[in-house]
Amino acid sequence: MVEKNKSFQVVANAVMIFLSLCCILPFVLLIMSSITDENELIRNGYSLLPSQLSLDAYRYMFKSGGKIFNAYLMTIFSTVVGTSCGLSMTVLMAYSLSRRDLPGRNAMAFYVFFTMLFNGGLVPTYIMYTRYIPISNTPWALIIPSLLVNAFYVIMMRTYFTTNIPEAVIEAARIDGAGEFRVLLTIVLPMSVPMIATMTLLIGLAYWNDWKNGLYYLQQNKSLYSIQVLLNDMLRDVQALKSGMDAAAAAEIAATMPSTAIKMAIAVVGVLPILIVYPFFQKYFVKGITIGAVKG
Amino acid sequence: MPTKSAALEQEMKLRSAAPKKHRRFLRYLPLYLMFLPGALYLFMKNYLPMSGLIIAFKKVNWRKGILGSDWVGLSNFTYLFKTKDAFNITRNTLLYNVVFIVLGTVIAITIAILLNEIRRKALKQIYQTVILLPYLISIVVVSYLVFALLSSETGFVNHTILAAFGKEPVSWYTEPKYWPYILVIVHIWKTFGYDCILYYATLVGIDHSYYEAAVIDGANRWQQVVHVTLPSLLPTIITLTIMAIGKIFYSDFGLFYQVPMDSGPLLDVTSTIDTYVYRGLIRLNDIGMSSAAGFYQSIVGFILVLLANWSVKKIGGEENALF
Repeated sequence: MVEKNKSFQVVANAVMIFLSLCCILPFVLLIMSSITDENELIRNGYSLLPSQLSLDAYRYMFKSGGKIFNAYLMTIFSTVVGTSCGLSMTVLMAYSLSRRDLPGRNAMAFYVFFTMLFNGGLVPTYIMYTRYIPISNTPWALIIPSLLVNAFYVIMMRTYFTTNIPEAVIEAARIDGAGEFRVLLTIVLPMSVPMIATMTLLIGLAYWNDWKNGLYYLQQNKSLYSIQVLLNDMLRDVQALKSGMDAAAAAEIAATMPSTAIKMAIAVVGVLPILIVYPFFQKYFVKGITIGAVKG
Repeated sequence: MPTKSAALEQEMKLRSAAPKKHRRFLRYLPLYLMFLPGALYLFMKNYLPMSGLIIAFKKVNWRKGILGSDWVGLSNFTYLFKTKDAFNITRNTLLYNVVFIVLGTVIAITIAILLNEIRRKALKQIYQTVILLPYLISIVVVSYLVFALLSSETGFVNHTILAAFGKEPVSWYTEPKYWPYILVIVHIWKTFGYDCILYYATLVGIDHSYYEAAVIDGANRWQQVVHVTLPSLLPTIITLTIMAIGKIFYSDFGLFYQVPMDSGPLLDVTSTIDTYVYRGLIRLNDIGMSSAAGFYQSIVGFILVLLANWSVKKIGGEENALF
């Protein structure tokens, strides 16, 4: 029995190690390609162990990096502003919905929940943001459409409040004369640190990784591109080059396009902050997404 | 006089009810104010565009505005469903989602069970952290990773893997036959860690005495999985599956548009309703057709959510349904 158990452990670990490698190796490949010598890339392709290394891509990026630096600033700006506004709105909304004594609470919860079931889709949304609420081609295009408040997160957070914060605690504070905002700030929030951390990570991640808002609403203002939108744009340039319709146009793109290694270097710079921050949030993140699975 | 006093009582009640109601409202006012910013945002983001669904029945003329534009009945729809695109995008969206749901669930549960069996706490922690990594990065970066693997001139697969087996390089981005597999692999790679953690959390919560009882009854490891683990996971499986079925008419735009790099020869197997609407609206500026496709997606998607929830209520009982 013990023997059998041991061999099972070995098999289970082997499978998990294999899966972990599948998750990590593409990133290693990405990082390696960004520090591979350009000629070596053309000769031998992307490889996990390139024979000739070079930091030229990063050097070039820092030297001529006006565009990249600017995109990085836009990413940081949209992530910070979007996450703080989105998080505040989500917390406020979730807290009001979590109060069992609030009249009209069910109708309000349905108002939030219904947005998860039915929506108007891209066409009306696009027309709204380009014609009627003209935020396209302004910095707001990166912040306002679609990401600020997510109904699923509101419900997730409300579930956390209702299951983790005893009503009696809130009741006692109210009797002591504390207002609702004070109750939220001094009692509820300190008791919800794991949830707040998860939510910050989820909303922050959504902003950091977003490229769709830029793709849809920044078509005429490339100077506002965030790093992901820029990456997305460069990916399509390769495509234009590859399907090579017009030789002159292809040559022009080739001349202005950063080289392959530089592209990979920008991608590395785009994911690095996530890879650095994530281990610190990991514990909360795992806890938080499991709360999300509980029905609201 | 009993009738008079009753009327008086009624009157008194009415008079005191008004200020009471008023006071009650004042007491909850801060909570309503907290709800307001998010509610206004959701109104703009979700409820306003719903009214825009009428565009599908109009021929939009910007000089007249949306409301002033002429109604054209169902002509946008007849136009859309005459093309073979309509069938193609519906088939792709549905089939990919079905494969994602079935394969994704099986893989996530298997790995969650495996993860749960691992004894060393530190290793468990490392595996959990690592398998979530792909979930955290944007699909654009995923497209770069896939490109590094599959690029025909410099890709890792052609240069290293196929070369090692002495095989000819493949022009991945122009060969549609490989893409159903590639897209499924990429999607599962990106999401299995997340789903796995959800199932794992449920597994950890299973009461140990069930397993002890099963062992006393002589159940081996496999029998324990079938008779204890899977039944305990069932509510989670049902919840996640209904949520997935509710979204079966939607697709991850980035996965189907960016990962294949919008490559023309692949369109037959890579276009879904979302990529179709995007191409129609922004690349071809064809509002009529794209709004018809969008309307089709919204309505059928909504019906499917209701159906999925209703059937779970019928089969699994009220407590398993989402709403």
